[in-house]
Amino acid sequence: MDPVVRFRSAVSLLGRFPALAGVDLDVARGEAVLVQGPNGAGKTTLLRACAGLVGIASGEVEVLGCDLRRHRRAVRRRVGLLGHAGFLYDDLTVLDNLRFSARAAGRADGDARGALARLGLDGRLADVVVAKLSAGQRRRVAIAAVVARRPELWLLDEPHAGLDSAGRDLLDSLVREAVLAGGTVLIASHEVERAGALASRTVTMAGGRIHPAAVREAAVVA
Amino acid sequence: MWRDALLVAAKDLRVEARSRVATNQVAPFAALVLVLFAFALDPDRGVLGRAAAGLFWLAVLFSALLAVQRSFALEAHDDARDGLRLSGLDPAGIFLGKAGAVAAQLAVLELLLTGGIAVLYGSDLRGAVILAVTAVAATVGLAAAGTVYGVIAAGLRVRETLLPLLILPVVAPVLLAATKAWDAGLSGASGEGWPWVRLLAVFATVYVGFGVLAFGALLEET
Amino acid sequence: MTRVLGIVTAALLAVTAVMALVVSPPDAVQGDAVRLLYVHVPTAWVAMYLSFGVTSLASALWLWPRTRRRSWDLLAGASAEIGVVFIALTLAVGSIWGRATWGVWWTWDARLTTTAVLLVLYLGYLALRRVPADPDTRARRSAIAALLAFVDVPIVHQSVVWWRTLHQQASVLEENRLLHPTIHGSMLWTLLIGLTAFTLLYFWLLVHRFRLARVEDEAEDRRLELALAERRAEADVVPA
Repeated sequence: MDPVVRFRSAVSLLGRFPALAGVDLDVARGEAVLVQGPNGAGKTTLLRACAGLVGIASGEVEVLGCDLRRHRRAVRRRVGLLGHAGFLYDDLTVLDNLRFSARAAGRADGDARGALARLGLDGRLADVVVAKLSAGQRRRVAIAAVVARRPELWLLDEPHAGLDSAGRDLLDSLVREAVLAGGTVLIASHEVERAGALASRTVTMAGGRIHPAAVREAAVVA
Repeated sequence: MWRDALLVAAKDLRVEARSRVATNQVAPFAALVLVLFAFALDPDRGVLGRAAAGLFWLAVLFSALLAVQRSFALEAHDDARDGLRLSGLDPAGIFLGKAGAVAAQLAVLELLLTGGIAVLYGSDLRGAVILAVTAVAATVGLAAAGTVYGVIAAGLRVRETLLPLLILPVVAPVLLAATKAWDAGLSGASGEGWPWVRLLAVFATVYVGFGVLAFGALLEET
Repeated sequence: MTRVLGIVTAALLAVTAVMALVVSPPDAVQGDAVRLLYVHVPTAWVAMYLSFGVTSLASALWLWPRTRRRSWDLLAGASAEIGVVFIALTLAVGSIWGRATWGVWWTWDARLTTTAVLLVLYLGYLALRRVPADPDTRARRSAIAALLAFVDVPIVHQSVVWWRTLHQQASVLEENRLLHPTIHGSMLWTLLIGLTAFTLLYFWLLVHRFRLARVEDEAEDRRLELALAERRAEADVVPA
């Protein structure tokens, strides 16, 4: 097994609040794992921790074979996080936003244009300033910004939220493509049926930990 | 590092070009400050002419505060700061890029203000060499120190009030040295100004160096 | 141990007071105003060199990964707080002294100006420390800010020294010429005892402030353990 994500007793603090209270998790290359659980269970923090956006107070986290504490930058260039926020600059055009995202990950402008076409944003929309987009269009740009990075590990936090049905179908096919191309996907979602259909496995979080029952299940699979 | 710096600087300048905050708000503000000084001081007794260098640099200093605040405000929107960290860009490059963009805007502003003091205060622009060299060294110093403190204050709820308190005492020597060097230049005694230019160069070097080393640690904190 | 330090400090401060007010003679030029010197110089020494030096050193030690201990951060903060009080005291006493000898409350002399800038730098540093954040974040942020201030002070000082000397002779230079050749005997002793007393006072305050910070910090840690336990308990409520 080739672990892409490996958590061992990981504790993460948001201020003084232990958002992750000892997480153990293994995700192998090519897996698509759905993380479900109630609000405040720590799903978002788990994804953010994979990208090195929240510190690890104790325990171990390895992503793409690198210790996150030491090789954070190298890891970040290879992951793509779709968060609640889109990390977009309001005053830049759609294409400029995607170009910045692609180039920062060491990709070419061609990847930005490819992502634009893939999300159906090419043509008139490409040169529109992001501030003028509708919420749904904005969401598509945020997804395109992740696609433009061509990540090895996709971290999708409530990816279906804010999309119309065409957009949701498009997202599903993007995830399937990514897995077929050898990518690994972690999805945090409340839409268990929709996201579960994409996932090869489901884990449940509660109280800042992966629920023990789900861990046992995972151990059997491994 | 330089590639990342260029990418970030280009992005920031592009945002400024699109949003026109610098041209529509910061530049008129600086011009307004020049006019207000004339109201506060007696314009007929030559006070303005003698104080021109100091007033010029004070106006630049206030504008620098605005430029730095603006530089980090655009990262605050839509969690772009997280996006910047996620991007995998070299923190030293991000620092150089952001400071470079601030410096470029300040340089343009200084050109405008130079015209302003020539017209409004009747300053003779003698000693153009020392005026230009001083401006370059002071601008780099202001932009570097401002960017370091900008990232320290960014993301804090009290940033608007904390930033001036942090920056102004630190850049006091820049105000002093640049004013003295310009005094020398404007009065046609350039020779007296050069030690001040050296001081400005030391300041700029120290803060650029500090920023390159420390920016990563400051950007990472949550 | 601290109690002994406290008693010695109090005793030395009393000796300083007696020496300064009774034993030492009035200055030939300044008269009784010179007695302010015995407070002014020691507080300036504690503020400018001791407290600022300790804050900078502790901040550097925190930043260096091998010597990183939570205590260095607490020490830096404690020392800065005492520093601010002493700088303010120095400026206040200096101002009164200036009024008595030069006839003005304030003069733009190099040392005064640097001290004033240092006070504002320190106030900014403390304001930054008071912004709520988790301990590591706050420690990193404040340590870097402290070092930034540390590299800034020599530049500030150099600039104001030039600023003054290019215009006129700083009045303190004359002052020094007056003081140094004539300072001897009981005046010198009073000053030395005063310096020792205020240095000990600084350490006594530092120990107490540091202990308080440590207690606060430990309380914080216990709260964290509690929070972790609570957080884990949330899971039991959720059906598998």
